[in-house]
Amino acid sequence: MNIQADLLTLLPELILAIGAMAALLIGAVRGDKSTNFLSILMVLLMIAAGYFVLMAPDAGAFHGAFIVDGFSRFAKLVVLSSAALCVLMAQRFFEEEGRVRFELPVLIGLSTLGMMLMVSAANFVSLYLGLELQSLALYVLAAFNRDSQRSVEAGLKYFVLGALSSGMLLYGISLIYGFTGTTEFAGVAQVIKASGVGIGLIFGLVFLIAGLAFKLSAVPFHMWAPDVYEGAPTPIVAFFTTAAKVAAFAMFIRAIIIPFPDALHQWRQIIEFVSVLSMGLGAFAAIGQTNIKRLMAYSSIGHMGYALLGLAAGTVMGVQGMLFYLAFYAVTNIGVFVCIQAMRRDGEAVETISDLAGLARSRPRMAFALAALMLSLAGLPPLAGIFAKIYVFLAAVEAHLYVLAGLGFLASCVGAYYYLRIVKVMYFDEPAKPFDREMGRGMGTILALSTAFTVLFVFIPGPLIAAALTAAQALFR
Amino acid sequence: MSFLLSHLLSIITFLPLLGAAFILVARGSEKTVANTARWVALIVTIVDFALTLLLWVKFDGTTAAFQFVERAAWMGNGISYHMGVDGISMLFIVLTGGLMPFCILASWESIKTRVGEYMIAFLVLETLMMGVFAALDLFLFYVFFEGGLIPMFVIIGVWGGKRRVYASFKFFLYTLLGSLFMLLAVLAMYFYAGTADIETIINTVHFPVAMQSLLWLGFFASFAVKMPMWPVHTWLPDAHVEAPTAGSVILAGILLKMGGYGFLRFSLPMFASASVTFTPLIFALSIIAIIYTSFVALAQEDVKKLIAYSSVAHMGFVTMGLFTLTQWGVDGGIFQMLSHGVVSAALFLCVGVIYDRMHTREISAYGGLVNRMPIYAACFMVFALANVGLPGTSGFVGEFLTMLGAFWVNTWVAIFAATGVILSAGYMLYLYWRVIFGELVKPALMTIKDLSLREFAILAPLVAVTILLGVYPKPIFDVTSASVAHLIAQHKAEVAFDQAPHQNQIKLASRGDVR
Repeated sequence: MNIQADLLTLLPELILAIGAMAALLIGAVRGDKSTNFLSILMVLLMIAAGYFVLMAPDAGAFHGAFIVDGFSRFAKLVVLSSAALCVLMAQRFFEEEGRVRFELPVLIGLSTLGMMLMVSAANFVSLYLGLELQSLALYVLAAFNRDSQRSVEAGLKYFVLGALSSGMLLYGISLIYGFTGTTEFAGVAQVIKASGVGIGLIFGLVFLIAGLAFKLSAVPFHMWAPDVYEGAPTPIVAFFTTAAKVAAFAMFIRAIIIPFPDALHQWRQIIEFVSVLSMGLGAFAAIGQTNIKRLMAYSSIGHMGYALLGLAAGTVMGVQGMLFYLAFYAVTNIGVFVCIQAMRRDGEAVETISDLAGLARSRPRMAFALAALMLSLAGLPPLAGIFAKIYVFLAAVEAHLYVLAGLGFLASCVGAYYYLRIVKVMYFDEPAKPFDREMGRGMGTILALSTAFTVLFVFIPGPLIAAALTAAQALFR
Repeated sequence: MSFLLSHLLSIITFLPLLGAAFILVARGSEKTVANTARWVALIVTIVDFALTLLLWVKFDGTTAAFQFVERAAWMGNGISYHMGVDGISMLFIVLTGGLMPFCILASWESIKTRVGEYMIAFLVLETLMMGVFAALDLFLFYVFFEGGLIPMFVIIGVWGGKRRVYASFKFFLYTLLGSLFMLLAVLAMYFYAGTADIETIINTVHFPVAMQSLLWLGFFASFAVKMPMWPVHTWLPDAHVEAPTAGSVILAGILLKMGGYGFLRFSLPMFASASVTFTPLIFALSIIAIIYTSFVALAQEDVKKLIAYSSVAHMGFVTMGLFTLTQWGVDGGIFQMLSHGVVSAALFLCVGVIYDRMHTREISAYGGLVNRMPIYAACFMVFALANVGLPGTSGFVGEFLTMLGAFWVNTWVAIFAATGVILSAGYMLYLYWRVIFGELVKPALMTIKDLSLREFAILAPLVAVTILLGVYPKPIFDVTSASVAHLIAQHKAEVAFDQAPHQNQIKLASRGDVR
């Protein structure tokens, strides 16, 4: 394996890395007025990276620390497309706020780079490198509104707790290394196959899962999410809940499925526990929320719980269901946050649910889109969400986790209540003062695409399901 | 023509959706949009009704096989777009098609705000209801079945009465919880059978007895809520009272029938032994529904609530009839559903007529209407008597047959059910007396007008259908009897199979893990 071949495998990542650094230089020279250009540049770079991700053949690089396969391809495409849309959203958002800064597209780009490394990591060291690159950029992004106390608080909270979780993760990795003598996923699997699962390794596994669950904001490691989501700027939250969640999840899947197939019974218990708690808390805690971003944080916690059902199954179908779920979740959330971002009154961003009152009359199209997205999140047919749910629940039933699936159904019924409440506020209540202006053509297009996916998915479900299956099979080869 | 016939079910199902899309893109002032929406909705529903009649004409009643079958790839892995009808489902499609134009006409003047959205909701709902009765794939069925919640939620919540928000949430969450258990059962069935194809599952797959009970309960949770059976019926009166007239019509006319249809399509043929096991439960709940809700209906002060409770009682006859598993009982149950679909829909339309004039549904606000509204009183009487089950009206045939079936199976059940007939006469005649007869003394009623031409055009055909089906029910049984006979024979064979445990194991072993 020579260095050129390794670097060629990394081509999409290299494009992003070099591009982001170039953008940083341009920004440093030209100042904030180049932000618009840099945003467009970053989107183009992501498209280019996406193209090469799609075209690149399966390969491994750097002695198997970095892997390109069907699984990473699927996850990276979802990450890149949601990141690109978030760049556009952020550009629009900060223009309206009047606080444009050129670091924004650069930071999103670097963070995306970290995510791509996470998705492809097949070694605990490369995993950690990617994760930290992503996280550090995200900490700064959360505090990007540096004049806003809440934003800074969000960033700081995220940083402190994130550092704690990284510590746990590292501790877990070090234990795993100590008891198996390797950091490679495949190597760990071989050692476990040969000598079984010792108590030390289980300790390592628990810390590893705790650290990873933190990144997913799965219960009981979810405390940061509502505060950070409420405080951070809206498009950045969109980035957190889409690209960052997808990448963290993909990393989670690979870091559990590949090294620990023979420790299934040990980790399945933990995952089940985390999944049930997440679904339950996501359903019940969201009921009392008045701030829509906080509500979306709890919704996100709940959805991570549903997706984890697939991981608890630990089968091809489970991974397929999860990937499908993540794709659906990313697309839907982008649309939801485009709507939240358009909630501006008298030049100020407003965030309470009651601000949406009577939206069906003042902005019928936006209300229809948001209602469709919310009902899709609630898991109602014929919208896309139910198919994603069906697949993870199918996986749970296939693995005979009937109780888990039953609890999941109960949680989704409770959860339906608060999604319905938003529809109710928009359609049944008397109109509040209308929002300032239309969301603009660009944002409107993104919202329309997201809604079209949600509504029309039922007619052509085949391709995405098949793509998720191909991706999942790559992991079990 | 051959394209039309080979894709008839899909066309019937998705034509309303096209109409909805058309209204969605209509532009202009609010008034023109509203007018366009009304006319588009009316024309689309009438054309759709005509197509369902074509379906009836071309339907072959001599066979129990599925007809007008369509298949297409959908989700893959044994989950496909599979449509088809047999004698059990075909008439429900006709019923749905037939009621929709009346709903649109009934909303012509009473709905004044957001007319476009209203018509879209109804057209989408029609697509989903048609799909429920035509789907022959478990997941496809689930999508249609549960999808209907969204438009109905909006219809109650936006155009409903004072407590519309409460009613719409109650309706929604009740039904959702029930159908999620059904989804769980569907997933388990899919894994056991290796396919989601309803036809294949009915004909070739046999579930183990222990599994049958769980699956049966999963489906029961959904259908019992939808039906609704006592004690999960409490959402229905609220939803009926708050829904606009056309919403009540659809709710009583079609949505309640989905529960009964579900029992026929899934519970009886697929979980035969479990159905036998749970028959006493069904009988008990049916009788409680018949007697208890009749008494409740007697005490109501609100016209719509009274009719809603009477619906619960009538659905009790349906479940009782279906689970007798006799030709009379099942035929009667289906007939009762169809008849109730027409009669209760007509009763709600009748309530809508006076509600549009007086804007109240309190029984005490009316009285002596016969003096100023003779035509209305006549129409109302036909439907009230049909609801009582008077011979010569459609209500009689279904009630009589279901009780005949019950008598054959269990005399006590029939005796208790018969008291319901008396009670229904009690509450309906009491209602009719209080609203229609007596002196016209209330000052607000002095100027009330009789039926307009539009209202007469709505009620007259329903009067004709009610009497026609009561006098000459044969066309209905021509369609249903072959399929019902097949269903009963199949059910008996399945039960016999389970009772021979030795054989049972061999069949299971030979099938193995189909996946």
